[in-house]
Amino acid sequence: MPQLRFVNVTKRFGKVLALDRISLDVNDGEYLCILGPTGSGKTTLLKLMAGLLTPDEGTIQSNDRRVNEVGVQDRNAVYVPQHYALFPHLTVLQNVAFGPLARGKPASLALEIASETLDLVRLSSRAQALPKELSGGMQQRVALARGLASGAKLLLLDEPLSAIDARLRLDLRHKIRDIVKQSGLTAVHVTHDQEEAMSVGDEIMILKNGRIQDFGPPQRVYRKPAGIFVAHLFGGASFFEGIVEHTVGETALIGVRGLTIQAPSRMLTLTSTVILGLRKERVRISADQPRGMDNVFRGEIRSVRFLGNSREYLVRLSNGDTIASRNFVENEAAFKVGDEVSISFRESDVMVFEYPAQGLLKELEVG
Amino acid sequence: MPKLDIIGVSKTYGSIQALTDISLHVEDKEYVCVIGPSGCGKSTLIRCISGIEQPSGGEILIDGQSVKRTLMEDRQIGYVFQDIALFPHLTVRDNLAYGLAVRRAPSNEMRTVTNEMLDLINMRDRSNSFPRELSGGAQQKVAVGRAIATGARLFMLDEPLGALDAIVRAELRYELRKLASDLGLTVIHVTHDQEEALSIADRVVIMKSGRIVEVGKPSEIYHVPNTLFTANFVGEANLLEGEILTIDANLCTVDVAGHEVKVYSFGKRIGQKVIAFIRPESVLLTPPTEDGWRGRVKQVTFLGSLNRYVIEVDGMGIISEVSTADYSTGFAVGERVSLFLNEATMVLFDYPEEGLEKEVGLE
Repeated sequence: MPQLRFVNVTKRFGKVLALDRISLDVNDGEYLCILGPTGSGKTTLLKLMAGLLTPDEGTIQSNDRRVNEVGVQDRNAVYVPQHYALFPHLTVLQNVAFGPLARGKPASLALEIASETLDLVRLSSRAQALPKELSGGMQQRVALARGLASGAKLLLLDEPLSAIDARLRLDLRHKIRDIVKQSGLTAVHVTHDQEEAMSVGDEIMILKNGRIQDFGPPQRVYRKPAGIFVAHLFGGASFFEGIVEHTVGETALIGVRGLTIQAPSRMLTLTSTVILGLRKERVRISADQPRGMDNVFRGEIRSVRFLGNSREYLVRLSNGDTIASRNFVENEAAFKVGDEVSISFRESDVMVFEYPAQGLLKELEVG
Repeated sequence: MPKLDIIGVSKTYGSIQALTDISLHVEDKEYVCVIGPSGCGKSTLIRCISGIEQPSGGEILIDGQSVKRTLMEDRQIGYVFQDIALFPHLTVRDNLAYGLAVRRAPSNEMRTVTNEMLDLINMRDRSNSFPRELSGGAQQKVAVGRAIATGARLFMLDEPLGALDAIVRAELRYELRKLASDLGLTVIHVTHDQEEALSIADRVVIMKSGRIVEVGKPSEIYHVPNTLFTANFVGEANLLEGEILTIDANLCTVDVAGHEVKVYSFGKRIGQKVIAFIRPESVLLTPPTEDGWRGRVKQVTFLGSLNRYVIEVDGMGIISEVSTADYSTGFAVGERVSLFLNEATMVLFDYPEEGLEKEVGLE
């Protein structure tokens, strides 16, 4: 029995269709991450889950009970907003104790719950501080603690890390997940950062223009994305437009502006136009012709981007198209701008998508 | 052309010391990124350079001339903020022309420059759009174009991409960098995002508590940082406590939780407590073998192009990042593995006097 179920939920604001027939299950103890660009409907979805908004159509169920019109106080869910909205005049401990107190717990018990929760987010030493005396990361953890102390089973986190410095965010995302799992809670976490989504989510939902684009475990969504937009937002790829020229058994030969790329055929129709996608780390770059690869092309390095743990090379192929390759574990750059190189990848690395109705560029737009 | 010298600059607000003895030379056409945790003073620094704030001490020279008595509007510095500040009632074209209109440029010059800017930011087809009709990324490009149109060649960018979605941010940073190179701009770009800094800067300045900790090229500060703070701030780092056992011509043998590593390091002494630093991607994993350090997988995080592992080894949690490009299935939680640390990439640091947490802490 899912803890939370949406069946064909639609939400409008005036004429704007914010969410379009959303159906989903959130299971007990699961960590769901909703990834989408600005304006995709992420926060609206979270607020419907919280009971802060009511749907125009469809059904929301909590533990098999219809809760469409049930308000926020009776949902057994707690919404942690993006801007943490701590009470500035209350101490950290009082901020966290506020929820239990408001629900009628005696003061001594409320404070006990609060101090246990602060322990969990490792802020016990700052219990008597005022919010303004804490860093952004600490304030965020207080907000999280407040959510945890509420006693709600379902934690709804709206961009919980977006106001925090990038480096600290790396540490905190693991911490948030650990805390949720340790406490045996269910969490829904909204973000626009794909790496954050991968790090925290058991399940990933990709949202665009109020519609679900894909929904599944991170590995599945990454390896077999449901569409071009999903591949683009979740990991990124180089995309090419091509025409199916031959199919031989499981293999298709796709013409891409003068180059022929060998791809999995998967019921492709001859002469149809398709989009091919290649993940950066699957594209190998070498000085010499590699052996045993299905696709090998020559190209010229156009730019080298240092990313710390890796380098990204942009390579111009002989047909003028550009492909990206990401190399890990390279203390010195192996290639420089202007170098002639071989680019290679396997047939099984090529993602094949139907040609989108509105064209590739429109499909890749994020807002 | 604009080069910049900052000499011993300090800034205090009442009893708060926001900047302490900042010195930095920026070459003409150089692109410098300043990174550091919240409150480190990075924004205050560029506010002092641009004249929004007055330093409490020290000198700022633009092309060798002190700007102490130069008003903000006469410093000819372009300034772009995180919060997109376009005029909502003006079109893209009129926003771009705004600076020229203010100084009453002739209308033909205004048209020429504005057209150039539209081409530069690749938005000729949106010239009659209003800001609200554009995405955040497009709006920020107009803000940059507007600053360039004023004729400034020295730029202060304060988190220019901070308000944008991650995927837009990652693309726009390269556009911004290319624009600066093509036009030969001198830029100081403040960001909290270490990857943004590493990927576009000629040099990176790392700040902490109002001071410059370190300045260097991106690959230098990432691979051979001079300080523990930098090591941890510019990327994930394994910081392993150890003790020097022997030294042979600067080749130190270090005991790390019962394992020996050999690392070249100057000025160390036998018996000294040290921190051995190694990046997660320099820790390789194999199925259990006779060689290598033995450990057990404690946590696996799939990151698309990488798997990130936390391996429990003799009470330590060692992070290893392994590319998923080799088609292997990787390792599962609980599985036993052997670790191979690439000693050639290790750097030794003296154990910090005030403890490791205090030295590398971000809060």
